[in-house]
Amino acid sequence: MESLSNRAKKLEKKPMTLAERAYLPAIFQGLSITMQHFFRAATKKQITVRYPEETRPFSPVFRGLHVLKRDEQGRERCTACGLCAVACPAEAITMVAGERKKGEQNLYREEKYAVSYEINMLRCIFCGLCEEACPKAAIYLQADKMAPPRYERDEFIYGKDRLVEPVSPDNRSKRGIQLTPEQADKLRGQLA
Amino acid sequence: MSLESLGWQGLVVLVVFGVSLLIATYCTYAERVIAAFLQDRVGPDRAGPFGLAQPLADAVKLFTKEEFFPSGANKALFIFGPCLAMITALMSSAVIPFGNFLKFGDTVVHLQGIEINVGMLYIFGIVSLGVYGIMIGGWASNNKFSLLGAIRAASQNISYELAMGLALIAVLMMSGSLSLRDITLQQTHAGGWHLSDIFTWNVFKQPLGFVIFIVCAFAETNRTPFDLPECETELVGGYHTEYSSMKMGLYLFAEYVNVFVATAVMSVLYFGGFNYPFQYEFLDFLNKAGLSADWAHNLFVLMGVVAMFMKIFTGIFFFMWVRWTLPRFRYDQLMRLGWTILIPLAIFNILLTGGLITFHVIQ
Ligand code: SF4
Ligand code: SF4
Repeated sequence: MESLSNRAKKLEKKPMTLAERAYLPAIFQGLSITMQHFFRAATKKQITVRYPEETRPFSPVFRGLHVLKRDEQGRERCTACGLCAVACPAEAITMVAGERKKGEQNLYREEKYAVSYEINMLRCIFCGLCEEACPKAAIYLQADKMAPPRYERDEFIYGKDRLVEPVSPDNRSKRGIQLTPEQADKLRGQLA
Repeated sequence: MSLESLGWQGLVVLVVFGVSLLIATYCTYAERVIAAFLQDRVGPDRAGPFGLAQPLADAVKLFTKEEFFPSGANKALFIFGPCLAMITALMSSAVIPFGNFLKFGDTVVHLQGIEINVGMLYIFGIVSLGVYGIMIGGWASNNKFSLLGAIRAASQNISYELAMGLALIAVLMMSGSLSLRDITLQQTHAGGWHLSDIFTWNVFKQPLGFVIFIVCAFAETNRTPFDLPECETELVGGYHTEYSSMKMGLYLFAEYVNVFVATAVMSVLYFGGFNYPFQYEFLDFLNKAGLSADWAHNLFVLMGVVAMFMKIFTGIFFFMWVRWTLPRFRYDQLMRLGWTILIPLAIFNILLTGGLITFHVIQ
């Protein structure tokens, strides 16, 4: 058979020399190699990352925990079109759509919005297809956050309370949102 | 032996017992740290300073684990297996001389559990009993993997004990005594040219025998590269597959006690036991320094104990170093090495030693 690349090496099987058959020289060679590693580790060049104290930097293209963005005025961008749910290969996304009431224009950008929006983080494979599918630039996978481990399965179903970009009712002016007192109370309840 | 010195001797036995357990405990820690360092890692460092409380944490964990009995297992033997492994491992440390004797006026305390003139035979007897612990445990668990592990342990021990015994015969031909204390005392000059103290060690007179002995010691203690009885890639966990909680802990622990004893025997037989270089100069120095004769002697002997333990620790380190360097042998390779290489070599070594003794090259 002709080799496709010319990198193939011809291997010859020579009979072993006496030193090779005695096995001991090879053992000492191996021992000296591991000893070099021993001293390297002892002089503090271990490759271990001591996790809780040290963390590794995330790659800038890391796909982590989702976030539902707000627009410049602090309104939710998602219009509950369901394209993300359709695009999701793991069927991790469910939502219930609702119509925006009068006086809620400062909360939701479009006339239709997601009353509930849930992602099951146990199903999600963090492929990022939802992000690509979204026409409203509403959903993103953050590059610096992971879905943390939990004890119960239902704690992995993230609702709007944990997905929507947080805006605290108290610094609303900074984000440009005008909330009525009732809306602020509702938002507080959601965040709690 | 007077009643008082009998009491002292009992104390020594207890201390030896405690020390073996302590060393085995910290072997589990050392093994992990050494393994980690050899692989550029850090090893356990969370429990206590430098992770030194790790063995304690392990013990707590093992004691609180579920006590599991496989169905169809022979319950009595299932419990008896690990106990036997542990008992035999501890028993063999009784005859090892960790030091010469201490003097308190008329009282003489030998730093050795019991001095018997067949010490070497005793150790051999106990070590060959040790494989019963593994066999009984493996058989009683009613599991095919355990049984296979047990059978491997048995045949491995039989094969390698033969070569080990033959390697020892060469040492015994030179010493003319089975007593470990005598063998130690012979490996030094009583006065004279002291730098050569080291070269009185048997390892320089018996290099071939020593290599055979150490290979067999690895096989006898079931350590890598000869850990076929537990061989996790083929046999799940080998003879202790079905074991949980402290019964499992006893098996693992017995292995470390065995390593400790094996290295202790090795330092007695080949590395001069409690002898150390420049020891008589040290004694002279102590005597001249104005200490009473008793105390000079005692300090001299205690240094010997330190030397003995340094040899033991070096040996244990070597065992672990090898474990994290070499891959495991295949079973047929193991048997071939034992029967067709080590045993003939050991017999050749006996002939060689006999020849050298006859022509007074060594004695
Ligand atoms: S990242 Fe992929 S799997 Fe996860 S919700 Fe989005 S589309 Fe579904
Ligand atoms: S996140 Fe985007 S794609 Fe998904 S429902 Fe909302 S607007 Fe549509």
